[in-house]
Amino acid sequence: MRFSIYRYNPEADKKPYMQDYDLDTTANNCYMVLDALLAIKNTMDDTLTLRRSCREGVCGSDGMNINGKNGLACTTHLSTLQEPIVIRPLPGLPVLRDLVVDMKQFYQQYEKVKPYLQNSDPAPAKERLQSPEERAKLDGLYECILCACCTSSCPSFWWNPEKFVGPAGLLQAYRFVADSRDTATNERLADLTDPFSLFRCRGIMNCVDVCPKGLNPTKAINQLKELMLEEAV
Amino acid sequence: MVKSVLGVNHQGLTDWLVQRVSAIVMTVYSLGLISYLVMTQDIDYTRWHALFSHGWMKLATILFIVSLLFHAWVGMWTVFTDYIKPFVLRFILQVLLFLSLVSFFFASLMILWGV
Repeated sequence: MRFSIYRYNPEADKKPYMQDYDLDTTANNCYMVLDALLAIKNTMDDTLTLRRSCREGVCGSDGMNINGKNGLACTTHLSTLQEPIVIRPLPGLPVLRDLVVDMKQFYQQYEKVKPYLQNSDPAPAKERLQSPEERAKLDGLYECILCACCTSSCPSFWWNPEKFVGPAGLLQAYRFVADSRDTATNERLADLTDPFSLFRCRGIMNCVDVCPKGLNPTKAINQLKELMLEEAV
Repeated sequence: MVKSVLGVNHQGLTDWLVQRVSAIVMTVYSLGLISYLVMTQDIDYTRWHALFSHGWMKLATILFIVSLLFHAWVGMWTVFTDYIKPFVLRFILQVLLFLSLVSFFFASLMILWGV
């Protein structure tokens, strides 16, 4: 199979370029994009740089742009792709080297939504209980692995990465707003009422299209807007 | 309109509401005007003039125009802040847009009052 891979080493290259590799995927036992990338790195070109860890869609390290669509290399089947397979780093984030991007802006936005439980009530002796129904509200929200596929596919984030929280951060904002044990709902909503943090979302649903975990950040964003409206009027 | 629990800087929420409310107003007015055009036979100047001579039609039209201008302001402000990064250029464009929208408002008032 032919692969066309984005290469850029800021210490050696003036400009990024695309490099082609022809890999015998059958001989190398490759099923997923990550298998092929590692085979290229191990057998053809050990300068190829990428992030990966769990290789089974849990850690979120190997988010990249595969044939124009963001996804995890480890969960994308080679058989679903047309040749040449074009691999680029996640768009909209600064490239450190080859397929490795600087995730600082992504994490800063994540940090902004205070992604941890806040509860001003005194802690009970054992634990804060939830009914099964209350717990069920967190399904589809807590599963995010922070791979940045959604946020880096969002034009609103591309144009305003320092102001727009992005789908991944907003999904987590709603995850804690929806949590019956969290008492900071009003503060969380108040932090998002400016024109950029939440409302720069125009609902184009690129995030839903690319999420490797099948989550729906647009729905969470709309629920945040609805809650704000209920609080406000 | 917005209660204090949501803090003071809620321009995003207000803009979002303005766009939705103004869109509803424009839809209702447009549907009304389209059904008038479809249902009325042989529209001529006299009928058109008579329609716009009613006080309620003037009021509805002004409401429509105000909605359109607010809708345009929010939309264009969003486009400018997305795509025009140099502050001075964006400021100039916003001032020009604001002046055009205000002049459209007064021009349409004069047209309606001229009927």
